Amino acid sequence: MKARAPVFWPLVGLAALVLLNAAFDRGFLRLTLLHGHLFGVPVDILTQGSRTMLVALGMTLVIATGGVDLSVGSVMAVAGAVSAVMLQGGHGLGLALAAAVGAGLLAGGVNGTLVARLGVQPIVATLILMVAGRGVAELIVGGQVIIIAHDRFEFLANGFLLALPFAPLLVVACYAATHLLLRRTALGLFIEAVGDNETASRFAGLAAARIKAFAYIFCGGCAGLAGVLAAANIRAADAYRAGENAELDAIFAVVVGGTALSGGRFTVLGSAVGALLIQTLTTTMYNLGVPPAVAPVPKALLIIGVTLLQSDRVGRWLGGLRRRAAA
Amino acid sequence: MNRGTPGAAARPAALRPILRRQLPLVATALIFAALFGTAGWLYDGFFSVRVATGLLADNAFLGITAVGMTLVIFSGGIDLSVGAVIGFTSIFTATLVEKHGVAPGVAWLAALALGAALGAGMGALIHCFGLPPFLITLAGMFLARGVGFWINQESVGITHHVYERISGFELDVGPAFLTANALIFVAVIVAGYAVAHHTRFGRNLLAIGGNEQSALLMGLPIGAAKIAVYAVNGFCAALAGIVATFYTGSGNPSMGVGLELDSIAIVVIGGTLLTGGRGHMLGTFLGVLIFGTIQAAILFDGRLSAWWMRIVVGALLLVFILLQRFFLRKKR
Repeated sequence: MKARAPVFWPLVGLAALVLLNAAFDRGFLRLTLLHGHLFGVPVDILTQGSRTMLVALGMTLVIATGGVDLSVGSVMAVAGAVSAVMLQGGHGLGLALAAAVGAGLLAGGVNGTLVARLGVQPIVATLILMVAGRGVAELIVGGQVIIIAHDRFEFLANGFLLALPFAPLLVVACYAATHLLLRRTALGLFIEAVGDNETASRFAGLAAARIKAFAYIFCGGCAGLAGVLAAANIRAADAYRAGENAELDAIFAVVVGGTALSGGRFTVLGSAVGALLIQTLTTTMYNLGVPPAVAPVPKALLIIGVTLLQSDRVGRWLGGLRRRAAA
Repeated sequence: MNRGTPGAAARPAALRPILRRQLPLVATALIFAALFGTAGWLYDGFFSVRVATGLLADNAFLGITAVGMTLVIFSGGIDLSVGAVIGFTSIFTATLVEKHGVAPGVAWLAALALGAALGAGMGALIHCFGLPPFLITLAGMFLARGVGFWINQESVGITHHVYERISGFELDVGPAFLTANALIFVAVIVAGYAVAHHTRFGRNLLAIGGNEQSALLMGLPIGAAKIAVYAVNGFCAALAGIVATFYTGSGNPSMGVGLELDSIAIVVIGGTLLTGGRGHMLGTFLGVLIFGTIQAAILFDGRLSAWWMRIVVGALLLVFILLQRFFLRKKR
């Protein structure tokens, strides 16, 4: 079989889902220009999926090093809380944003130190902040939902730039910058080397611990920015609900996008497609009238199917079947 | 990490071997004693048998899942679906009993069978296809939660007379009493202890967690043990769901959200290695008691908010994980 780009199958899945929707609902692909703003279901999917795309971006790097970051949902809550408190305290938008993303980077630094320096298992190390982070976020907002009345802050999530929604543009910019950073320098290769075989990469002269720590810090920063977007989207910092299940959606997006959980080769573009696929699935469920609480079921089936397809053993088994059919 | 510390090997063995091997367990016991003692000293009326039995009753369903989780972690796996299975089981039994007039005993058996079947299915996927336990049980969590909400989106109260009798049941033990939930929890802990440390199955799990490859070469039934341990954990989670219906007198599909984290945290605080292969069921019991003590102390205080619970548990997790790193390094 010819080697296809890893992003091929996720794209096929996304296209199939979109076509299925368009077949049942003629208005699905319709875009309208209203008051100079673009509206339509695809725009909604992009806007609502932007946060998962952002978290999945950071998660891709962490998973590529052979780890996983469970704390992103809690970090989102912390970042949202920090930005709300800063804005409430009369600080400027720039400072509030910097503080929120800084909180994310700090959390990533803690995870990175535990994983890379102390050699703690990633699931365990990030579990600490996953548990404690939400408590810290509650502490920051004093257990209340802080309403944010700030037009430019809300613009981040719900605004339009040149008729296009701003949040997806921001996320696309992040993806482009990350792509350049990883593929125009050797950093991407370093990350793949560390994820593939950490010992070998260290013998080859890579600072494996530093590369791993970088992945977690980057992931924390992405989660921080996503937390800001989540708070701006609902114009409030809700420490209890913000970023709920964000880690699961992000991990799903990365895996569906074609990056293996065992680390090594990764595709940033695949994760973006994976995040959009999951968001489209959620929107499809809404359109079909499925209650939102039941929506996890198709997600679960999707993830089992994708992991089975990616598994070596199933691949070998299918290969055997094909050979037998050919004989 | 892999960089060995040469000085560590030369350090004299100051502690007796048995004590050193169980050092995490001893540390857990000391922390529990210190926490309970401090709380008893700070708050009037905390140091009583009533509070102690309350620890058992209020944490029964969390404790039961922690027992199953301990076994899974022994084998080097992890199960994120337990909280969702609790929600599913509770709404499943409540709907069967209340809406369809099924006898509670039959509903419980069906729920336990379903929980075990879900666990076995996940175990089979994990073992037969070599898939990561983390991801498969995540899918199991979504599946169980979604199906639970599919059955019923709202809480269903249970008014069956059997339930009234169970919730009214109290066993007098001196100055206090044990509820049915506390008794079930104690029974599960005892059974879990026996399975983990006095059966071939328990030893197989520890062997698999220690090194799956050598366990395979030794001829241990790896596949059967791995599938069985997830089935046992699913059974425990379903049992915890049933106990939760006793506790609240209702079934609710959103019950047990985030409980898998608490349960994993308890296992780690109990001194079990998350990489598998080492641990003790007694530690898990102490972990449940520590968790319950913090919760009870926060309730007793009244000024502290509930979110301190999360921060304290996170801090304890950190301490124990660093402690484990320290021991592992010394061993190498």
